[in-house]
Amino acid sequence: MVASEMAVLKEQIRNYRIDIIKMLHRAGSGHPGGSLSAIDIIATLYHHEMKHDPKRPEWPDRDVFVMSKGHGVPAQYAVMAGMGYFPKDELATLRQINSRLQGHPSVGFLPGIEASTGSLGMGLSFAAGVALAAKMDGKANRVYCIMGDGETQEGQVWEAALAAPKFKLDNLVGIVDYNKGQIDGPTSEVMDLEPIADKWKAFNWHTIVIDGHDLDAIHGALQEARNTKGKPTMIVAHTVKGKGVSFMEGVIDWHGAAPNDAQTEQALAELEGAQS
Amino acid sequence: MIATTGKAIATRGSFGEALCEIANDFPNLVVMDADLGKSTKTVKFMNAHPERHIQVGIQEGNMVTMAAGLATMGKIPFIASFGCFLIGRFEQIRLSVGYADANVKLVGTHVGIGIGADGYSQMALEDIGMMRTLPNVPIIQPGDHREAKQAVAWAAAHKGPVYLRLTRQDMPQFHGDDYQFQMGKADCLKKGADVALLATGGLLEPTMAAAVLLAEQGIDVELTNIHTIKPMDDAYIADVSRRIGRIVTLEDHSVCGGLGGAVAESLAEHEPCRMLRIGVHTYGESGEPEDLYEKHGFTGPAIAEKVRTWLKG
Repeated sequence: MVASEMAVLKEQIRNYRIDIIKMLHRAGSGHPGGSLSAIDIIATLYHHEMKHDPKRPEWPDRDVFVMSKGHGVPAQYAVMAGMGYFPKDELATLRQINSRLQGHPSVGFLPGIEASTGSLGMGLSFAAGVALAAKMDGKANRVYCIMGDGETQEGQVWEAALAAPKFKLDNLVGIVDYNKGQIDGPTSEVMDLEPIADKWKAFNWHTIVIDGHDLDAIHGALQEARNTKGKPTMIVAHTVKGKGVSFMEGVIDWHGAAPNDAQTEQALAELEGAQS
Repeated sequence: MIATTGKAIATRGSFGEALCEIANDFPNLVVMDADLGKSTKTVKFMNAHPERHIQVGIQEGNMVTMAAGLATMGKIPFIASFGCFLIGRFEQIRLSVGYADANVKLVGTHVGIGIGADGYSQMALEDIGMMRTLPNVPIIQPGDHREAKQAVAWAAAHKGPVYLRLTRQDMPQFHGDDYQFQMGKADCLKKGADVALLATGGLLEPTMAAAVLLAEQGIDVELTNIHTIKPMDDAYIADVSRRIGRIVTLEDHSVCGGLGGAVAESLAEHEPCRMLRIGVHTYGESGEPEDLYEKHGFTGPAIAEKVRTWLKG
């Protein structure tokens, strides 16, 4: 990514963070912590990595994005609206009755949402199925699946971890949004994941550890995954829960609470003031 | 009373045959197994079309959700395991397959106490009850070889999820060459006036035997094969209720939530009448299938006696 592209992407992501805060404030519930920790990765995927067309969400040659950590879907909605999948006004309907923007990703409501998720641990299996179908047909589709760190405590994740290398799914990229927090506390206390990278390596994934807020690092890891043949890639992305809003950063209680009026005002002031 | 032809065949075997027969008609059809292909009888397909067979090992949950991913890309996955292991992954089924309306065909074999010696852990006894709660998933339990093969072809052509419930044990063939399976329609084998016996799957054979015994006692039995448990044929159930007014359901499944539950719900809403549910009231256990059917009252004489007593009450 050249410097000018990087500057544009940074500005887009700053606006996505603003969208996320506004959406969650209006909805009165939702998950800011994990939306803000994942937004840099999701935006980089949609803007600079994936082959996709907002006007043709079912384009057979598209790359597929799976939001396995379904509670972080406001981040995906913000990017999808930004790219023209649906009118940006619709972000205001998040979590409301009759909205296409369900509280967790739901197939059939909003074109471009590929997998129903929210019961944690399933997305990597779904992504492996998509990747395998493409392989069977000799097609070039790539699949990207973002998981929460706590999510990888689910056994099904490790079923998929075994299966994807068996089928040599080098068109599959998993990303762990390693923000170190989950509802009941730090992942290290609730159910420690370490040594997390070693686990994925041991399961025969090409494993890359990055700073999940460093856009160059994200982009570089995705290129490395593209150049990796014969096995899937897992990117362990160290992130900060609530990234970009000072009073949310690293605070676990912001996992699943919407900001009130005053908090929203402060968050927006910070994000709007961060304009470069 | 009901003529049977040819040799008895387990519906899992019919499934394995049907897959191979329809493979060329459905080039996107793929088969997934969780290390039970030799038991679910997908092994024939595995050998005939290895490039379209996906072995995931002992990972039923992963298999269910992977199938949804495959379906998203246009594949028609038939995923097979023992009914209890497959439907036991209900969390994956409800979200990845049901809610997403994924074009995945769930095939549960070895259902009911009819599997015998392996005991309860391998017996699907609650699967219909769970699957019936999903609004969009037809549940089909074919009664014999011809019906099973047609049900498999129907499932392949149907766009959306389907649950096929198949037996380990051999099932007598009671449908002729000209039989046409109609999803959602009760398959009435004999009309009657005194009591309607609505049986599904493994209970068909003993119910046929019971019907003969009841006829000998002067009781005019209506005998019907209920191959589609969801959607229930409400029109037929209401008709039987009006015409006969006494209904017995028979199934190798828990008496809660299965055929008995489905018929009771239909009756209560449309045309109430007396009914009796014959099915499994306990957890399963080990034993020869015949001994288990005897112990649970799933024999011709036991069913006839129970029905006769109930009719008097």
